[in-house]
Amino acid sequence: MGELAVEKHAQYILSVEKRKDDFESLVMEHLRLNGAYWGLTTLDIMHKLGSVNPDEVVTWILSCQDKESGGFGGNVGHDPHVLYTLSAVQVLALLDRLDAVDVDKVSDYVAGLQKEDGSFAGDIWGEIDTRFSYVAICCLSLLHRLNKINVEKAVDYIVSCKNLDGGFGSIPGGESHAGQIFCCVGALAITGSLHHIDRDLLGWWLCERQCKDGGLNGRPEKLTDVCYSWWVLSSLIMIDRVHWIDKNKLSKFILNCQDLEKGGISDRPDNAVDVFHTYFGVAGLSLMEYPGLKPIDPAYALPVDVVNRIFFQK
Amino acid sequence: MDYFRAVYVARELSPRALRLTTEALLRNPGNYTIWHFRRLVIDALDSDLVEETLFVDNLAEANSKNYQIWHHKRWLAEKLGPEAANDDHDFTRFILCHDAKNYHAWSHRQWVLQKLGGWDKELDFCHQLLEEDIFNNSAWNQRFFVITRSPLLGGLSAMWDSEVDYTIKAILQNPSNESPWRYLQGLYKGNPDSLITDERIPQLLLNILKENSYCVFAWNFLLDVLCKGLRPNKEIEEAVKGFTELDDAGSSDQDLPTRICSALERMDPIRVNYWAWRKSNLTL
Repeated sequence: MGELAVEKHAQYILSVEKRKDDFESLVMEHLRLNGAYWGLTTLDIMHKLGSVNPDEVVTWILSCQDKESGGFGGNVGHDPHVLYTLSAVQVLALLDRLDAVDVDKVSDYVAGLQKEDGSFAGDIWGEIDTRFSYVAICCLSLLHRLNKINVEKAVDYIVSCKNLDGGFGSIPGGESHAGQIFCCVGALAITGSLHHIDRDLLGWWLCERQCKDGGLNGRPEKLTDVCYSWWVLSSLIMIDRVHWIDKNKLSKFILNCQDLEKGGISDRPDNAVDVFHTYFGVAGLSLMEYPGLKPIDPAYALPVDVVNRIFFQK
Repeated sequence: MDYFRAVYVARELSPRALRLTTEALLRNPGNYTIWHFRRLVIDALDSDLVEETLFVDNLAEANSKNYQIWHHKRWLAEKLGPEAANDDHDFTRFILCHDAKNYHAWSHRQWVLQKLGGWDKELDFCHQLLEEDIFNNSAWNQRFFVITRSPLLGGLSAMWDSEVDYTIKAILQNPSNESPWRYLQGLYKGNPDSLITDERIPQLLLNILKENSYCVFAWNFLLDVLCKGLRPNKEIEEAVKGFTELDDAGSSDQDLPTRICSALERMDPIRVNYWAWRKSNLTL
């Protein structure tokens, strides 16, 4: 079996962070805050967060905040949205700089996105998706402000998105999809509501995502993709069924998706790498206790020591 | 982008601003802030929404997995109302013809059906997609969505029997297809007693196992019904014993579910831990 090329991946991530003017960076400019989360969390899991200047990062993150609403945009000058607000909070948590924000202002922004039926919009424009339920709940939990929302209704809405196969979609009736399942299971885990899940049924659906090549797909009859190493794996761990997949084969699949020359991980072997898949590949390996990596929390998607610091230290 | 930034900061809601957002979005349709601003401009100018739909549909064709584009379509559809439902369905049908499992298109289609209607041809559409690709899990999901939510059909109980027949036909067409097996399991969820009394089930399983003795889904389904209380007829007993005796000795004393679990451990080694758990969990 090959090995995880930690140095190469660290170099790749740092190089992406520096690039601001090439085509790829410009096209991804509006979600740079997500990119920061993927990149920095990967570095931390690989014990390489020291290569980054935390003050610079914090200053830049704060400049992404919309002063009026308290929410964060994907980059400087962008409108606030719950997705980037979570990434901002996660990165600040990584750097142990949650003190840099007005916690109540940020959490009021997020809590304000909850609708009557318990669902969450992404921003003022009203797109509803269980992704946003997870993002809001995760964010508020990290800020110790879950009490600002109606948790029961939030849970009810997520449960209304549960399908007969035990999985979850983006809206009620939406097809079960591993990404949406992660969001719903994560939100239920954080709110102490996992009893709504049929763990055996969902566990079976999730372990059926493993294909002959060892990788995981997101739905029946779809192609395997490294990012499902996170969505499926973390879901299985949260419902205590991860032993139902072949971890050895999955690890081999992830390692085969590395670009050993330039660094980074791609969606499947021999494709172009990106920070998104680099994060999910490394995080997936961490979930499987790959040696030398920091353990990562499956619900909060942050290193366990960061989560412990937030919840168990005073 | 600098020109856009200038009108954005100035909050200039003019035809010029609209043109600038058009140019910016053609270059980077993922930039959600530009979409937001464009909506403000459209509202301020009371722009032609049908023309706007053509613009966004054009972008959607080339960027069919872009969240912002689909959300903009939803915003427009909401404004245009039920009269626009059929045109909208025509568009998602077009997208699904090229990418029949596009999650965004399906989510959007479901939203339009529920908000604006247009259910009448939906079941036929699902059938057409399944004819083209019986493995299309999205189409199976949509089928269940239509059967349970369409105001024009009788609901699941009215359609249940014919759905079971439809699903069985699909399974026989290709027993290694995960979707109809789950669909069948789902159909009986609300009807657990009939799972063990419905003669179609053991018939289906025997038909498959005779031709495809290594069909994991069939063995799994048989395991499920046995665990739920199906009394196996002679044919089923023989099928299980005949298959499992091919392998290791010592299996002859074991009950049918245990034998099946052992066989599944060998047939589906990547999930050997799952099948071992099933074996340890047998309650018969």
